[in-house]
Amino acid sequence: MREMISMIVVLTLLASVSGGLLAAVKSGTELRIEEQVLKFQKAPAIESLFSDVTNDPLKERFTLDTGDRTLQIFPGKMKDGSRAVAFETSGKGGYGGDIGLMVGINVDSDQLVGARVTTHAETPGLGSRAKDDLTFVSQFNSRPLDANLALKADNGSIDAISGATVTSRAVTRAAIQAQELYSQLKPEILKQIQ
Amino acid sequence: MAQSLAKEFTKGLWAEIPPFRLVLGLCPTLAVTKSVENGIGMGLATTFVLVFSNLLISLLRNVIPPKVRIACYIVIIATFVTIVELVMQAYTYPLFLTLGIFIPLIVVNCIVLGRAEAFASKNTPVLAVADGLGIGIGFTLSLASLGAVREIIGAGTITIWGGNPVFAVGDWYHPFSFMVEAPGAFVALGLMLAGMNLIGKK
Repeated sequence: MREMISMIVVLTLLASVSGGLLAAVKSGTELRIEEQVLKFQKAPAIESLFSDVTNDPLKERFTLDTGDRTLQIFPGKMKDGSRAVAFETSGKGGYGGDIGLMVGINVDSDQLVGARVTTHAETPGLGSRAKDDLTFVSQFNSRPLDANLALKADNGSIDAISGATVTSRAVTRAAIQAQELYSQLKPEILKQIQ
Repeated sequence: MAQSLAKEFTKGLWAEIPPFRLVLGLCPTLAVTKSVENGIGMGLATTFVLVFSNLLISLLRNVIPPKVRIACYIVIIATFVTIVELVMQAYTYPLFLTLGIFIPLIVVNCIVLGRAEAFASKNTPVLAVADGLGIGIGFTLSLASLGAVREIIGAGTITIWGGNPVFAVGDWYHPFSFMVEAPGAFVALGLMLAGMNLIGKK
């Protein structure tokens, strides 16, 4: 009986101390990790989307509440004077989990600027082409906001990457989610960027 | 005391160097040694976990009930691995991305659990730290040298932490990219094991 109690006490103590320690480390590194993700995942996608903006979208970012989460919005001033925003959505059901997609939308013409894959865990050489090869995501360039962005196989208008239909479908889900989020948030976005 | 301390420390560097002598921890050894940089990163992460898990297990060796010792070791090791993972994410994000799943997998690395069970649970904290440090540095050196062999043959250059290559064979060399693929890992490890046995043969 004594042995039993000592086993329970030792394991419980160990687990709670380690849980507390990890919670402390997690909250201590949280901000810094967010910055790193911004720098290494989001910044390259935004630069590639907004190649000719006259401002710094990263510095001018703001957050909006979408109801179930807060969304980071990166505003861009295009060379022709029109305004655009970029934000990240995630497409469920990729081969290796969710796929992050940075979507740029021109606020004045209500057209997509384009889209770039940010985080993913797809098969290298197959699904990873969604990020590495821009031919697939360039299909989103200059689409009107009410375009059907599903795959052609799903009665939409986007060609899937051959050999990576699951990945492509997850990317289109993220794009469709971006369309919905944008139409929901447009009034607030306009308020923020004028 | 000082003598046994030195002995415990140096045995990890040659006599019991993990991947080459004990042939332990082959999963990360084969998987991440595409380059010197990855090897060093993986090695240092493992060293950190080894030193601290050895220290803590040795301190608690009279408190931990024998029947649940493995469960206790795993809790301690997993805690340090998660700390390493978070810290790497915060400070060396690109390295974290390339090492990926192999960082959390340090939890089940048989070197770490092996040292805990075979050494730290029976020795004083000072000796346990020396043992962890020695084995960890030995592991780091092995991964770095295996990474160097593969990177030189497979890419013709060695690049550490971005920027220009610190070593280049020259333009005449055609990279033998087989060596940085998965099968090349087995070939390189096999040749290095053979070399170690040749040198160590009495």
